[in-house]
Amino acid sequence: MSETSSPRIVIVGAGPAGIRAAVTLIEAGLHPVVIDEGHSAGGQIYRRPPAGFIRTPEQLYASEAAKARALHAHFDRLAEERRLTYCARSSVIATHGGRLHVLGEGGVQVIGYDRLILATGAADRVAPVPGWQSAGVYSLGAAQIALKAQGVALGRRIVLMGSGPLLTLVGAQLLKAGADVAAVLDTSPWRQQMRGLWQLAARPIVALRGLALRARLGGRYHAGVALELIEADGSGVTALRWRDAGGRQRLTPCDMVGMGWHLRAETHLADLAGCAFTYDEQWRQWLPKTDLMGRAGNGVYLAGDGVRLLGADGAEIAGRLAAAACLADLGRPAPSLSADLRKLARLERFARGLACAFPWPSQMVRALPDDAIVCRCENVTAGAVRESADFGGGEANRVKSLARVGMGRCQGRYCQLAAVELVAAQAGCAPGAVGRFRGQAPVRPAPIGAFLGKG
Amino acid sequence: MITAGRIVRLAERDRAQVQFFLDGEMRRALAGDTVLTAMLASEQALRRSEFGPEPRAGFCLMGACQDCWVWQEEGPRLRACSTPVTEGMRLRTTQPESWP
Repeated sequence: MSETSSPRIVIVGAGPAGIRAAVTLIEAGLHPVVIDEGHSAGGQIYRRPPAGFIRTPEQLYASEAAKARALHAHFDRLAEERRLTYCARSSVIATHGGRLHVLGEGGVQVIGYDRLILATGAADRVAPVPGWQSAGVYSLGAAQIALKAQGVALGRRIVLMGSGPLLTLVGAQLLKAGADVAAVLDTSPWRQQMRGLWQLAARPIVALRGLALRARLGGRYHAGVALELIEADGSGVTALRWRDAGGRQRLTPCDMVGMGWHLRAETHLADLAGCAFTYDEQWRQWLPKTDLMGRAGNGVYLAGDGVRLLGADGAEIAGRLAAAACLADLGRPAPSLSADLRKLARLERFARGLACAFPWPSQMVRALPDDAIVCRCENVTAGAVRESADFGGGEANRVKSLARVGMGRCQGRYCQLAAVELVAAQAGCAPGAVGRFRGQAPVRPAPIGAFLGKG
Repeated sequence: MITAGRIVRLAERDRAQVQFFLDGEMRRALAGDTVLTAMLASEQALRRSEFGPEPRAGFCLMGACQDCWVWQEEGPRLRACSTPVTEGMRLRTTQPESWP
């Protein structure tokens, strides 16, 4: 299909950013390879259920159904016409020297590239709450995926907690589907939420839609709560202990807890690809450095929530921009996207409003009791992290070596931000000064057999 | 007797049945279920933690946290959240003695 002289462009991820990047490249006459962990394109937010499921996009994606339909249909048509190569159910586990190591069902294969577009998305940003290692505690994203892609609730009586747009959205979606949602607990107080309001007005319709969803939660929703303990017995969660904004002690029986504080960019591959990072004070996390178009240097481009947490609409725009930058750098005609750039600025303002209204709960993390677990993979406690910081100093990777926090099978994805917060508190410095855990290949666990080949 | 599991099916209930084996016992799931859904339809958890007393039932459901590892009788482990259950699949909640 493609000429030998045409550049090899690989896109990692087939969510809104990856799909739009692919479309833009194909319209310019190129044939990208798209590597995706999903069984079909869509990413997380526009994730599609397996074959044989019958709910319509309107039921699955509500107000976003038209966007989901358009993305799915466009991508499927291009894949069918063989204008791109789609590697589904495949994980890029390492990259070095212009080559990607891709783990798929047949083992590991190596795919070379001239230009790489990383559209790896984001996952829930979680903060530890004592007891969160118990069975029945899930991320908010997990609760949404279970509902969307499997048609199930992960418990009979559900408590959702955290802060951010997903908290309200998942609560409303579960209620609508008939789940028993006992409480939706927001750690952000009303006055903090009001502070983000003027920036949230950058997207009035989206903001109003959020408020309408919030209204559906009724008396289940509580702002400004303090989360104390997830109680559990031998088979899992039994109740959540919390305090309301007035300081009154509350106990809500439940068998499932969904938690999340907005999103954490998935940056492991950007790290391995050599991208530079900066600590973003507002998002309270390390993000890869790029220019406005998504150029990270060395033929690597980043798009979507993996670099800037702007949500699905922003990801579509960023995907187009990254592909246009890639085309321009190849000396090919690139579409003019000045309207996209303007829109991106508006989405950025809105996203900053979200970050302000629904902040990372740094005080809650700093106040964790010593016996609370910070790393769910290996049950490393807050006390162990603090001790390591006292012993080895306030540097993220030293604490990682000493306490093994961030060395478990999730590779720090769900503990890093809390660990850094604890280390910063202990060392008396800012979280940004603690540094970030270095990413290590393979970025997903891979069986040894996958590297041995199959003849 | 198989007691009720963790999950509640809210939609998509009219799918074909699939049979699989969990620790040697026959279980039923629906075609299109992930291994996680299939197991939690009749169980409260997927496995036990290697580092603490508590059972585990998955966490992120998007292949990132690796909390949902279970084993196949022939040895290899799999990620329950991102592997579809298939007819006749033989799963274990504990690691086989002889590690492959």
